[in-house]
Amino acid sequence: MIRRYSFGNKLKEFGDFVLLLCRIYLFTTQNHTKNYMIWNPNKECMSRDEMSALQGKRLHKIVEYVYHNVPFYRNKLQELDIRPDDIQTIEDINKLPFTTKKDLRDNYPFGLQAAPQSQIIRIHASSGTTGNPTIVGYTRKDVGVWSECMARCLTAYGVTRDDIFSVAYGYGLFTGGLGAHYGVEHIGASVIPAGTGNTEKHLKLIRDLGITGLACTPSYALYLAETMDKLGIKKEDIRLRVGAFGAEPWTENMRKEIEERLGLKGYNIYGLSEVMGPSVSYECQMQHGSHICEDHFYPEIINPVTLEKLPAGQTGELVFTTLTKEGMPVLRYRTRDLCSLLPGTCDCGRTSVRMGRIEGRSDDMLIIRGINVFPSQVESVVLSMPEFAPRYMLVVDRVNNLDTLQVQVEIRQEYFTGVFDTPAAVDKLEKKLAAKLKSVLSIAAKVQLKAPNTIERSQGKSAHVIDKRKL
Amino acid sequence: MSIHQLSIFIENRSGTLIKVLDVLKEANIQIIASTIADTAEYGIYRLICSEPMRACEELMKAGVAVAPSEVFAIEIDDQPGRAAEAVKTFSEAGISIAYMYSFLLHGKGILIFRTDNTELARKIIVDSGLRVLCDEDLSKIN
Repeated sequence: MIRRYSFGNKLKEFGDFVLLLCRIYLFTTQNHTKNYMIWNPNKECMSRDEMSALQGKRLHKIVEYVYHNVPFYRNKLQELDIRPDDIQTIEDINKLPFTTKKDLRDNYPFGLQAAPQSQIIRIHASSGTTGNPTIVGYTRKDVGVWSECMARCLTAYGVTRDDIFSVAYGYGLFTGGLGAHYGVEHIGASVIPAGTGNTEKHLKLIRDLGITGLACTPSYALYLAETMDKLGIKKEDIRLRVGAFGAEPWTENMRKEIEERLGLKGYNIYGLSEVMGPSVSYECQMQHGSHICEDHFYPEIINPVTLEKLPAGQTGELVFTTLTKEGMPVLRYRTRDLCSLLPGTCDCGRTSVRMGRIEGRSDDMLIIRGINVFPSQVESVVLSMPEFAPRYMLVVDRVNNLDTLQVQVEIRQEYFTGVFDTPAAVDKLEKKLAAKLKSVLSIAAKVQLKAPNTIERSQGKSAHVIDKRKL
Repeated sequence: MSIHQLSIFIENRSGTLIKVLDVLKEANIQIIASTIADTAEYGIYRLICSEPMRACEELMKAGVAVAPSEVFAIEIDDQPGRAAEAVKTFSEAGISIAYMYSFLLHGKGILIFRTDNTELARKIIVDSGLRVLCDEDLSKIN
């Protein structure tokens, strides 16, 4: 009897214990937002009304700033009869003119710079559509905002000061390397400025130093995985847990493959140098859309043909207005990236609007190994060499997870002389073109010479490109 | 003193060679010798034919990348060791040969070659008394 009672009591205790476990489980799942680290909850979790008010205030300020400091914008606004005081709320943005890549090119190099040169502490450059690159200057404050956004991004991935983080984006004129680098330092993690190339040495460091975070293009991540296989390094040998992947389009399947092969969680990061650089938006651990730092970069989606603003959820061209930038602010910059916006509070607790995956481009820009390439850049090089006919074709492919670019050009009959009776002479001509392409595109292209009149006459822009990558 | 060889740029894919041969066939031009120096993507098709300048014109009209270049065509007896003798004459004079090929014509061996030092080669040929073909010798073939 006593034993039975005692047993019953134990049973009750056990029942209570199970109940307690259930309560803990329910508590943690219902309040799971508390478990996700957020770098700047004041901004990232701001109420929508507060955010709109802040954006309106900042928009007014930036319009006033460019009106007084950038003749290009002053002229544009005066043409539309807009005074800075006409812009008071974020809805007033609809009155403002758009800025395009062409505007940046026409004002090369410093025409759109608003801050005096003495205030500029960094200059990056990205691909222009032809000839001139796009020059972007940053003030000390800009670099600070950039680091802040990058810190938000890394924190959303779960990176802390305890991590050792390797940045394998290109360091240099490209914003990827230094942009990510400053963010890692800002949160206090250890940064490894690996850069691109020298994959085997990089892998050795990943293993020997116990590197936990990695920033690179998704295709480079797959290339790392392949090199690991080749060197016999297993995913159990390395401690990578977080990947910041961006600068080129990638798919869910690629994400699964990278996560599986490197043993980490892969997150999307988005940015463009005309607006800032990487960390304009970033995924959180929900991996459902990328949160935009919208207190600094105001997003809109427009119909790229009619320029009409589209409601949330519809796919169109992404447009950004920099709300706080000093060096080179842009009003309604047309990114040419096609995507949609997802409003609403995320399960992670952030209230900032998210953008979906980039679904395409509204121009003919290609992203090859993370570098923006315009067919018009290739055209300008081909036209500068009389040995070739003014026809060309770009063939883009992905071989062993690395993008390849082949440029086909026709040899011009008049320039094919007796000296071309050996392949060596023809090779020399190929190399001359390849070297010029490399200096203009910043990536290597393989030149393929074609006989006269063998490349199809182009019917519109896209006829210059064959993209065999299945993205 | 020298003959004209045609150098033709052709891509390494099916159908490109036949286009060239068809033009020559239509123009009733006889091919005497030919060779292809190729890479993975393209080849330089070298051609000795009955009327090289007319052939060149016809090919250009057809849009082919073609160019004539002067090469030496040395006639040697069709016997062992003759080619070695001929080549030795040039190597002793310090002339290097960029490329060479050979064929038989009316019972004689013909060595086609090009060198980077055409002037010196010309002098060696005259001095050594080697017999060389000229374009007229080719047109007589028809």
